[in-house]
Amino acid sequence: MSPGKTLATSSRVLRQLRHDPRTIALILLVPSILLIVLKYAFQAEPQVFNRLAPMILGIFPLTIMFIVTSIATLRERTSGTLDRLMTMPISKLDFVFGYALAFSLLAFLQASFVCAITLGFLGVTVLGGTMPVLVSAVLAALLGISLGLFVSAFATSEFQAVQFLPALIFPQLLTCGLFVAREHMAKPLQWFADIVPLTYSVDAMKQVTAHASWTGNLTRDLVVVLGFAAVALVLGSITIRRQE
Amino acid sequence: MGTAIRIKNLSVTLAGKKILNDITVDLPEGHIIGLLGPSGAGKTTLIRTLVGRQHITEGSATILGHLAGSALLRSEIGYMTQSPSVYLDLTVRENVRYFAIMTGQTGRHADELIKQVELVDYAGQLVGKLSGGQRSRVSLAVALLGRPKILVLDEPTVGVDPVLRQQLWAMFGQLAGHGTTLLISSHVMDEAGRCQDLLLLRDGRLLAYDTPDGLITRTGTKTVEAGFIKLVGDKT
Repeated sequence: MSPGKTLATSSRVLRQLRHDPRTIALILLVPSILLIVLKYAFQAEPQVFNRLAPMILGIFPLTIMFIVTSIATLRERTSGTLDRLMTMPISKLDFVFGYALAFSLLAFLQASFVCAITLGFLGVTVLGGTMPVLVSAVLAALLGISLGLFVSAFATSEFQAVQFLPALIFPQLLTCGLFVAREHMAKPLQWFADIVPLTYSVDAMKQVTAHASWTGNLTRDLVVVLGFAAVALVLGSITIRRQE
Repeated sequence: MGTAIRIKNLSVTLAGKKILNDITVDLPEGHIIGLLGPSGAGKTTLIRTLVGRQHITEGSATILGHLAGSALLRSEIGYMTQSPSVYLDLTVRENVRYFAIMTGQTGRHADELIKQVELVDYAGQLVGKLSGGQRSRVSLAVALLGRPKILVLDEPTVGVDPVLRQQLWAMFGQLAGHGTTLLISSHVMDEAGRCQDLLLLRDGRLLAYDTPDGLITRTGTKTVEAGFIKLVGDKT
């Protein structure tokens, strides 16, 4: 691996995005607009919105980065550019980390923007403060990026890649504690929720909302999320083959 | 003159089908070698095998003394895929400079190659906005990065107008003059006359390896195309 080639790959991915301002605008604005809608949907029950909003701050970056990354890397696989890169003197990790770094930066911008709207304009209060919210959101995004990179290997078209969102992320969304408290779910679903990463990402946001200090559970949640992200990235680099 | 590429009893099987069947040939250094054959003959598979992207089922391919796929060869072979494998949402300069870093080259070298393929006027334009011929020149510039000893070009003149085709072949001639070995696939037979050696491929088998004149004399025909058709007829 070479830091120069990793950084060059990140900056290339960001340049591609810069030539596509509409995508950047969508990535930055859509989550904020949806949260504003949610606030007024719950206008009769502001305390419910206050409980839900931070959890959603952990879910948006994951889902959006999942789609963006899986499409971007699928394009790279199908357009022949990955084919060409694999005949060049670069490490597969330069490619994978290059992508992870570029989209993490984008995710950081997105998270900062949504947090500013949610915690500022929409008046949501979290006892833990802004910093842990941002950290949790960016780690959730990194998880989305890594999973997207990994699953793009199993899709041969954009249509398939997009379907991985309902197939892989929605089940986690339904059981993560957003819609119903996890302990009220059927036992098998509780077991399922215990072994999938989105649960920990959402739990991290719950911890930040409810506790003024950094809790042990928050550390555990973030370590689990980071662990899943790292494993998915390594698996993603394995799915890229030098030879077919 | 040394041997640049040594192919020995090479077979490649994909999904139970033999795409390349027992090919043996030595290709000399500093030549332009045309890889000809109808579509489906196995040209692209042979090219992908030589650049190390395709697993070999049987036999071997050695390039500059190293087995195909060896990491050492990644800096020695320039590869241009059939579709222009460059980023459509980047400018010409951004593309060539990115791949320059990937091959350990400088930005200045990238700019020189943009000049060499005559795209200086388009350097700041998005590749997605360029014509097919211009896109393949961007792809060619990337293949030329680092001035590799071996250039493997998969149908570089598809969709290119006659004037530019002329210029490209002149450039290939110059490169060979400086000692570069070029393996160029094409299904346009009239390009065969510009090559020093011809590899004729059909149904995964090597039909003939000869010079254009040798092929014409041997088959008693007037053109490479007629010679090729005669050879195919004799075998079936």
